[in-house]
Amino acid sequence: MNYNVDEKGYYGEFGGAFIPEMLYPNVENLRQQYLKVMEEPSFKAEFDLLLKNYVGRPSPLYFAKRLSEKYNTKIYLKREDLNHTGAHKVNNTIGQILMAKRLGKTRIIAETGAGQHGVATATVCALMGMECIVYMGEIDIARQAPNVARMKMLGAEVRPALSGSRTLKDATNEAIRDWINNPVDTHYIIGSAIGPHPYPDMVTRFQSIISEEIKWQLKEQEGKQNPDYVVACVGGGSNAAGTFYHFLHEEEVGIIAVEAAGKGVDSGESAATSVLGKEGIIHGCKTLLMQTPDGQITEPYSISAGLDYPGVGPMHAHLYKTGRAEFIPVTDDAAMEAGMELSKLEGIIPAIESSHAFAILKTRAFKPNDVVVINLSGRGDKDLSTYIKYFEL
Amino acid sequence: MIPAFVGIPKHTFRMNRIHQKLQSDKKLFSIYFTAGYPNLNDTVKIIQALESNGVDMIEIGLPFSDPLADGPTIQASSTQALKNGMTTAILFEQLKDIRSSVSIPLVIMGYFNPILQYGVEAFCKKCEEVGIDGLILPDLPLDVYQERYEAIFKKYGLINIFLITPQTSDDRIAQIDAASEGFIYMVSSASVTGSSDGFGTVQESYFQRIEKMGLKSLQIIGFGISNSETFQQATKWAKGAIIGSAFIKYITKNGTDTIGDFVKQIIKS
Repeated sequence: MNYNVDEKGYYGEFGGAFIPEMLYPNVENLRQQYLKVMEEPSFKAEFDLLLKNYVGRPSPLYFAKRLSEKYNTKIYLKREDLNHTGAHKVNNTIGQILMAKRLGKTRIIAETGAGQHGVATATVCALMGMECIVYMGEIDIARQAPNVARMKMLGAEVRPALSGSRTLKDATNEAIRDWINNPVDTHYIIGSAIGPHPYPDMVTRFQSIISEEIKWQLKEQEGKQNPDYVVACVGGGSNAAGTFYHFLHEEEVGIIAVEAAGKGVDSGESAATSVLGKEGIIHGCKTLLMQTPDGQITEPYSISAGLDYPGVGPMHAHLYKTGRAEFIPVTDDAAMEAGMELSKLEGIIPAIESSHAFAILKTRAFKPNDVVVINLSGRGDKDLSTYIKYFEL
Repeated sequence: MIPAFVGIPKHTFRMNRIHQKLQSDKKLFSIYFTAGYPNLNDTVKIIQALESNGVDMIEIGLPFSDPLADGPTIQASSTQALKNGMTTAILFEQLKDIRSSVSIPLVIMGYFNPILQYGVEAFCKKCEEVGIDGLILPDLPLDVYQERYEAIFKKYGLINIFLITPQTSDDRIAQIDAASEGFIYMVSSASVTGSSDGFGTVQESYFQRIEKMGLKSLQIIGFGISNSETFQQATKWAKGAIIGSAFIKYITKNGTDTIGDFVKQIIKS
């Protein structure tokens, strides 16, 4: 079984490029160029150097002793939370801004939900001196004020998405419309492993540094490259795609994707796309998405603003459909408790997105000798107000 | 004697109303509106009023929650239509007797996901039953159409209409022209629907470029046509022109009783 993208841009039956003709020249140009550019030695050198000296890579692989003792298994944390800007998102934005420069683009657009990808994009635009416009749902702008301020400090213009539900999916629509209106000078930095081909593959490759490092770091600490399990939370799925990438074809490695169940999978307020989603088309790709029987895309819910996307990346849809990955839904409450537990046991306050991944430890039993690597995709600073409110701190 | 029909492949088994219309000597005036807007049951009334006031062809918009090629006007009308309760099944129900009163070509324009959920074949079959002549699905790409759906569309006598834009390369246009059986929908500028900047030198040179290519398919221009002036400009270069957002704005403001006034102000001559 092949879990990577095929030459036509599909993962099994998922993926493709379902885009209006207006976007065809840009997407087609990117499709033709992206692998060539990524393989250029000068591109690689620049990417690697920025990841090292600017982002602070490699991020540590940390053996979580007290957490391991509590759950009677061997748990390692991949510390993406220690990256510059506080999450894995920057791996992708560094890669894409270098790509945009090589494609001769001078203007950058992005969508953002919670603001993490917006901040990561504004950061690299500041670094490269490029114009940056970030689309963000009007509702998200109101509830993520600190990240809006960060983007402004970094020189980006934050434009409110006023249509539809005024959240992430509408911000994505607005970014796509901007690209339609500005086809020549603009590159669209998509923040997750979603969108028309080649975006899911390109984003996955930029994020695959996560699993590349896990391999040699685990070899150093455990004497073997492959863990028994890799675990990551999935919204659109970029941190998970990067965490899984180099293990997809290592059959002895179990892959666990953790989705946000919100108030419960069947509560009507959930973002558990694999369970609740049906095959369809969202933002240019065929994948599993939450929709009405009539094919209208619905608004998901999660306490975590980074996981409430109504679709899931096509690679993950394929992993779900083929059974290669185990998908586990985790509720808001379980995630919040797991976040508190990690803080108390290991002195690490995780992003609520990442907290979802830790919550499976309570219900999914591992053997004492299992090596379980959990991707700690982001730090919790941005979520303090949610933690304060939830725990009445 | 029946004239030779431009661009009709031999295997098309029935005379499509679009082909007939493209044969006429006049420039074609086409209107887009969103089904279920402003009120759920306005669909038939709007179609009848447009035909009786001299519109040549109608694009019936199937509303979608995330219409990413559309500007704010059509988006807002889609959102409202969905709030009004519009669904694919209801649209077909509204259209079931449309051919007893309307004879101009009717095209459904929409995004692919609702059609995928309805079932592509079931959707096409329903289109044929109610008398739809063609489909415009901006996010169904040419290659996917040809590989998976062309046979189904043809089975039900539906013409698939493709878009080109000022950024579309000559090679790609040639490919689209070869695949087209009706007209080519020529998007006037790099924009979503509803821009109203008028036409400048960029459009003129684009229109000239297309004219020089000598395509087998006739072209109808859409996007950015909002009044008599832009309609006249567009139809200098093409077989016809489509107005969408400006019409939606008109019925938003004036309701659906004075549709004739809107049509007449566009085709004054």
